[in-house]
Amino acid sequence: MIAVVRFPGSLDHDSAVRAVEAAGGTATYAWHADRALPAGTRAVVLPGGFSYGDHLRPGAIASRSPIMDAVRRHADAGGLVLGICNGFQVLCEAGLLPGVLRTNATTSFVCRQVELEVLDHDTPFTRDLGAGLSIPIKNHDGAWYGDPADARIVLSYGMENPLGSIASAAGVANAQGNVLGLMPHPEEAVDRLLGSTDGLGLFTALVRA
Amino acid sequence: MTRVVVTVMPRDGVLDPQGQAVQGALARLGFAGIHDVRLGRRIELELDGPDPLAQAREMCDRLLANPLIEDFTVAIED
Repeated sequence: MIAVVRFPGSLDHDSAVRAVEAAGGTATYAWHADRALPAGTRAVVLPGGFSYGDHLRPGAIASRSPIMDAVRRHADAGGLVLGICNGFQVLCEAGLLPGVLRTNATTSFVCRQVELEVLDHDTPFTRDLGAGLSIPIKNHDGAWYGDPADARIVLSYGMENPLGSIASAAGVANAQGNVLGLMPHPEEAVDRLLGSTDGLGLFTALVRA
Repeated sequence: MTRVVVTVMPRDGVLDPQGQAVQGALARLGFAGIHDVRLGRRIELELDGPDPLAQAREMCDRLLANPLIEDFTVAIED
């Protein structure tokens, strides 16, 4: 069972559930005010959206909500946590991932397909991925800022760097590799009707956990 | 009741794309000699505790500012 955490202002939780199902798994929702993950949770998804209206800083208020203590315990025990877009921002603000997501260098909302390079195949998420992924981005605050020496940059935008991330980072993992955050939306790339199925592999990894 | 004003600003050396956008707009309006524009946030707290400044600083450490990219100051306002 995959737990998809809903915060006030989450948007992409239904897409995350569909992606888990497309990968052959089952998913259920957890609520931000819950103090425990649903019984039988094997892996956690923090979905995209604008939790708490992005007030203060994107992900800042959600990262201090009760469910995040349970997510932290799950991660500390080695469980997989995947943060997508706002979920990535929440994980950085919670200190579960290094760095922070800042306003895009263009100061604009960027919504389009990007070609990602998989730089690190030595995580439970990326073990079976190919060299590249074609996945859409859609965000306003997606520029990763941090010290590349202290971060596992797992996914990169390569030379393009459309948001102005340090080291062109698109996805960052913790040292153990069991927590991954990325700004692109793999849940929007799980069906050929959407133009790509390259996002499916990340959900297959969750289902396998 | 004490009013504490918290000012949160992007740290020196951290790119401030919103400040740059405002600077560009001011220049387009004809304002000359703008060397820099930086955008921050002002937070007003009405506090009751015995040490409102210390309390405001702890609030900054735990939520109001992200030390990776932001500096903050706290001040009591009459």
